[in-house]
Amino acid sequence: MSKTNITCINCPMGCPLEITMENDIISVIGNKCNKGKEYAIREITNPTRIVTSTVKVNGGERPVVAIKTQDEIPKKLIFDVMKEINKVTINAPVNLGDIVIENVLNTNVNVIATANDKVK
Amino acid sequence: MKRELVIIGGGPAGLAAAVEAHNNGINDILILERDKNLGGILQQCIHNGFGLHIFGEQLTGPEYSERFIKKVNELNIEYMLDTMVLNIDSSRKITALTPKTGVFEIEAGAVVLAMGCRERTRGALNIPGSRPSGILTAGAAQRFVNMEGYMVGKKVVILGSGDIGLIMARRMTLEGAEVKMVLEIMPYSTGLKRNIAQCLVDYDIPLYFNHTVVNIHGKNRLEGVTVAEVDEYRKPIAGTEKYVECDTLLLSVGLIPENELSKGAGIEISGITSGPVVDESMQTSVEGIFACGNVVHVHDLVDFVTQESYLAGKGAAKFIKGELSKSKKVISTLGENGIRYVVPQKINPDNVDDSVNFFMRVDNVYKNVFIEVLSEGKTVLKVKRPVVSPGEMENIKIKREILENINFNKLIFSLKEA
Repeated sequence: MSKTNITCINCPMGCPLEITMENDIISVIGNKCNKGKEYAIREITNPTRIVTSTVKVNGGERPVVAIKTQDEIPKKLIFDVMKEINKVTINAPVNLGDIVIENVLNTNVNVIATANDKVK
Repeated sequence: MKRELVIIGGGPAGLAAAVEAHNNGINDILILERDKNLGGILQQCIHNGFGLHIFGEQLTGPEYSERFIKKVNELNIEYMLDTMVLNIDSSRKITALTPKTGVFEIEAGAVVLAMGCRERTRGALNIPGSRPSGILTAGAAQRFVNMEGYMVGKKVVILGSGDIGLIMARRMTLEGAEVKMVLEIMPYSTGLKRNIAQCLVDYDIPLYFNHTVVNIHGKNRLEGVTVAEVDEYRKPIAGTEKYVECDTLLLSVGLIPENELSKGAGIEISGITSGPVVDESMQTSVEGIFACGNVVHVHDLVDFVTQESYLAGKGAAKFIKGELSKSKKVISTLGENGIRYVVPQKINPDNVDDSVNFFMRVDNVYKNVFIEVLSEGKTVLKVKRPVVSPGEMENIKIKREILENINFNKLIFSLKEA
């Protein structure tokens, strides 16, 4: 039997979660909603995160524009995804929701723009 | 020029107030914003986690503000960018400045103050040592990295565990910097628990409580800082000093509501929140001037700023239409026994729709407590909290019926051991 204590990151409540694993059976206490339980199970089986950053823009009012992975990606890939993000330069205009990288590192997750940048 | 409603500041507070005033029948609205774009501080808060209360989903800062900018545009609410307000007087005459037209004046039927807050700087902390480059507030670094495309350093120490400091610890790490440590002078964090988890624990960045920076080294560029442990009075303990090599020191040591304009208008400012004293409609002590968001008190979550700003927008609309009651019955709120402050500070039950959401902060970490609301020694309401902390704002809703039935003119919020 193994016990892990983590803080839920789903919302500002930041519930303290205690995860117990016994014979492949996972039980969670401390969560105040179902999202907390789902997070706890994911966290010890396949932890995932949303990555937010910026990419360079050519010809925009601003030199960079904010981006995010549209969904969560495996936590262990965060720095590899950052490398892909840092390779990219896009052209203005950029619209919120534009796809910046399709299916980044075969995660089935797109990197999308989260802000606008007009042509200078 | 004459305008019905002028809103000072085009960040989340100002945008929400404008939208809500419009929804309540005010069409002649002007937002004045000093930056080149609307959106305020959310423009640089590119991380996610905004909007769970208002939209039921996790958005990034720019996505959250864009939803309100879109509404402002759809409703044809007018705004002026690059416009700096220099003065407001108690008769609601506004003096402002733009590069295009120079100085101009507006007579406003009502005003909403939504100027937000600013960061405490090195000067406010009196850290000894030299004055090299490489010492920035966390928010200034955030703007450089996320909006201007500059990386601000390679080896980073962060002083203060406020949310912006925690967010920047992760951001700098993702961009390839080595974040050596986060130091917090208090025995607890002033940031949200989830930010400690996802910004520090995820990246193995150590957080040292009861520690501070006692010296700064370097001539042109920062070369290192001396850190030390502090005692229970927050004084450095001799012999605990350690030298830490770094080229960047980020400060996340508190936010201060930006109220120079409010003071100029003669508005009463609370000594505890550093923001205007407000009533249930977010009206300040000067008639027709309302305030909302971080200019009133510093929030942890933009969702609560939005809620508060809806109140201010609606209140201003009611004032313009002459619908705001000026009943003599006013209940004052007060924090006691561990509750540092309560906002709003004054309640006229006649102007309350359904309930009032009271926001408050505690002065220390307490476990297993009741937040008790008392009037004339009697308990009006009691809610249990497993833990309360100065870093996390508490809120309690009280229904209009309850407020109407309070005979005494004081409502006291107090902590009690469970």
